[in-house]
Amino acid sequence: MVLSAAERAAVRALWTKLGSNVGVYATEALERTFLAFPTTKTYFPHLDLTPGSAQVKAHGQKVADALTRAVAHLDDLPTALWALSDLHVRQLRVDPVNFKLLGHCLLVTLARHYPGDFSPAMHASLEKFLSHVISALATSYG
Amino acid sequence: MSFLSAEEKGLVNGLWGKVNVDEVGGEALGRLLVVYPWTQRFFQSFGDLSSADAIMSNSKVKAHGKKVLNSFSDGLKNIDDLKGAFAKLSELHCDKLHVDPENFRLLGNVLVCVLAHHFGHEFNPQVQAAFQKVVAGVASALAHRYH
Repeated sequence: MVLSAAERAAVRALWTKLGSNVGVYATEALERTFLAFPTTKTYFPHLDLTPGSAQVKAHGQKVADALTRAVAHLDDLPTALWALSDLHVRQLRVDPVNFKLLGHCLLVTLARHYPGDFSPAMHASLEKFLSHVISALATSYG
Repeated sequence: MSFLSAEEKGLVNGLWGKVNVDEVGGEALGRLLVVYPWTQRFFQSFGDLSSADAIMSNSKVKAHGKKVLNSFSDGLKNIDDLKGAFAKLSELHCDKLHVDPENFRLLGNVLVCVLAHHFGHEFNPQVQAAFQKVVAGVASALAHRYH
């Protein structure tokens, strides 16, 4: 399911609106993921995962930067995210099912903060965008 | 052992009491059909599903969404025995409707998005976590009688 021109424009426009708050929302998405899906915490035994922790915020910013990069490279996500894919597959060895859980919590975070923008069509565009990102991250699984 | 802690039950029931079940049902089902278009396979007789606007304003989608969410709501009243509460519906979805249970998980997550959309800051991480348990439990109960 390729993103249409309209869907790409919608995702880019929303990302511009998020501005410098992408880190805040990615952090909230991580906190939601850890609370709703506690098994995801098994990948972070080295971090303080209490809500509000500086370490979770720092990780949220990393996730935000990766997503912003993805939005800027919608035409070639596998190449743009290759290094991250390699990291998640070879070093971190994350079961790909977890990407979907974080993706879902990101949608929930955006729905909660941008109700006026979260129309059914935008919801669909974001879901497609995230599934492309997840697919690109999973590229290295071979 | 209860499925939800007393605190989680409080969070779920507290929010659910404010939900317009009929409206939220139509919205959740509509969004499922828009966001995951393959789910339209179960609704070929529903008329115009050709665009997001057509789906969201389709009266059959709204009516069916209302039915689905009222069943969900009834299930919430039996939160400690979801398998019992959904036994008949589980058989129906397997034997007559032939619905892949993955669709229940998808609808559950769409419902969570709709609740976040409607309730904003009230739908905090703790409330979401409680609801994720509920939708997972309902999906599992609905799949339980499949054979």
